[in-house]
Amino acid sequence: MKKKRITIGKIIAGILALIWFLVTGGPFYFMVASAFKEQFELLTAGVFSMPKGLYIDNFKEVIESNFPHYLLNSIVVVSISLVLILLTASFASYPFSRFRFKLNTPLFAVVVAAMAVPIHVTLLPVFELTQKIGLYDSIFGLVGPYTAFNLPISVFILTSFMAEIPKELEESAEIDGCGKFRTFFNVILPLSKPGLATLAIYNSVNMWNEFSFALVLTQSPESRTLPLSIWEYQGQYTANIPLIMAVLTFCAIPMIAAFAIGQDKLIKGMMAGAVKG
Amino acid sequence: MNATRSLANNKKRSTAIVATVFLIPVFFFITVFIIYPIADSFWLSLHQWNGISSDRNFIGLENWKVLITDNVFYKAFFNNIIIVILSIIVQLPIAMAIAFLLDTGGKRLNILKMVYFLPMLMSSVAVGFLFRYAYDPQFGIISAIDTMLGGEGMIDLLGNTTYAIYAVIAVICWQFIPFYMVYFLAGLSSIPVELYEAAIIDGATRGQYFWKIALPSMKGTIKSAVVLSLVGSLKYFDLIYVMTQGGPNGATELMATYMYKNAFQTMKMGYGSTIAFAMFVVITTIALVTLKAINGKEEA
Repeated sequence: MKKKRITIGKIIAGILALIWFLVTGGPFYFMVASAFKEQFELLTAGVFSMPKGLYIDNFKEVIESNFPHYLLNSIVVVSISLVLILLTASFASYPFSRFRFKLNTPLFAVVVAAMAVPIHVTLLPVFELTQKIGLYDSIFGLVGPYTAFNLPISVFILTSFMAEIPKELEESAEIDGCGKFRTFFNVILPLSKPGLATLAIYNSVNMWNEFSFALVLTQSPESRTLPLSIWEYQGQYTANIPLIMAVLTFCAIPMIAAFAIGQDKLIKGMMAGAVKG
Repeated sequence: MNATRSLANNKKRSTAIVATVFLIPVFFFITVFIIYPIADSFWLSLHQWNGISSDRNFIGLENWKVLITDNVFYKAFFNNIIIVILSIIVQLPIAMAIAFLLDTGGKRLNILKMVYFLPMLMSSVAVGFLFRYAYDPQFGIISAIDTMLGGEGMIDLLGNTTYAIYAVIAVICWQFIPFYMVYFLAGLSSIPVELYEAAIIDGATRGQYFWKIALPSMKGTIKSAVVLSLVGSLKYFDLIYVMTQGGPNGATELMATYMYKNAFQTMKMGYGSTIAFAMFVVITTIALVTLKAINGKEEA
């Protein structure tokens, strides 16, 4: 019984696994390997060759360019929006998950419907609005739309999370004389930490990579975020593919780190986010 | 009696007040950045406006009349539909096959899982740039492979009006298969182990287990994957914008890129809004109809 059988199925599975490994890993290899090449090495040595040595001038040049500035922009926008999202979503999820009041279901339905709205229908009006309030071409103009568009899904995830907190905990707090507000801050919020962590990772990845609003609401290099900065490099170093690959490699590092740290949470968020449809 | 009732009423009222306070922030954001813009988008579609000057001409349904006869819009919509169809028939089966492989392999394959997931972690912009260079006729991967196989290289897929759309769809699949892979993986691992054991005891092979047990019990997951893929493909923007900007010669134009070009490049804000609002209506309708069709079948 213990004899290992090699079946045709296993061979096919192995081949499939290998092919898919090459398909997903290949472009990554291309990106990282090219980043370590000199500009003309890429032309002469061929695409798949290993870099001649660890040529790190591309990375140096990227760090010495505006890169730290773009990075800071991204970090500032994502952090501010994230704090707003987490606060607002936990405020909203509390009554949605624990209170009985007439408008609960219809209001929650509005939030769910908002998840399905394609951002492009809002792009022009938000552009106009941002100009009116004087935040056009400022990274702070991105905070509002980023918060608003990640809120519905966050409320959705957090409401289902809070609904699972045992009612007894809340009741005993009320017997001890806690009002709704104190119950929220002392009981519900601390117990929601795992849910909030899921939201934090999921939303950060989304906002870190966001493109459309950043494209429309900012204009000058000073207020570009990381995804848009790639354009600036592209304009400046059109033919220097290795340098652009170094930029792409840098941009991917934080996300790969986030995945390594919070793999389960990220996937959980994506699965819940999937209900969006 | 009276006292308890008024107490209950009091409690009800205080609940309502607390709920209102807690819900104000979320509805502030949703109203300002989602609900109002949808309405405003329709209002703008009734105007002619270049986005800069303060005077907008109210022109009624003129823009909509133009849209109905705008061949570029139909072409863009048609391209969206090609993406929808190919996404569903390419992404989902491959994702399912890989998910089943990973599920059967268990923890041993964790490193593979990590690599398989990589594309999902990059921004669409980065993926777009990466593949623009990978498709580069001179230095790219495709040409390199062609040369290795004895060809002459210099293959310019993105510059070819026939192949560009498929080249782009291949990238979309590359980027999103990992997502559906994880999605299906979650579905597969939620099937009770007892079912698998019972099937194996009854002498079923893994293949039979997959076709007869796993696949049927994942109906719900597959359905939502189809809807997700559908809606996602209809509002596609980032990747195409980075890779081709809708070119060459409109070959990869999508509703969203066409909207962006009208609104922000030729500054026809009114017409841009018309396209945006049409997109909103089209996506919502198709999504609702599909949801209904899929769920209706379930009951039958």
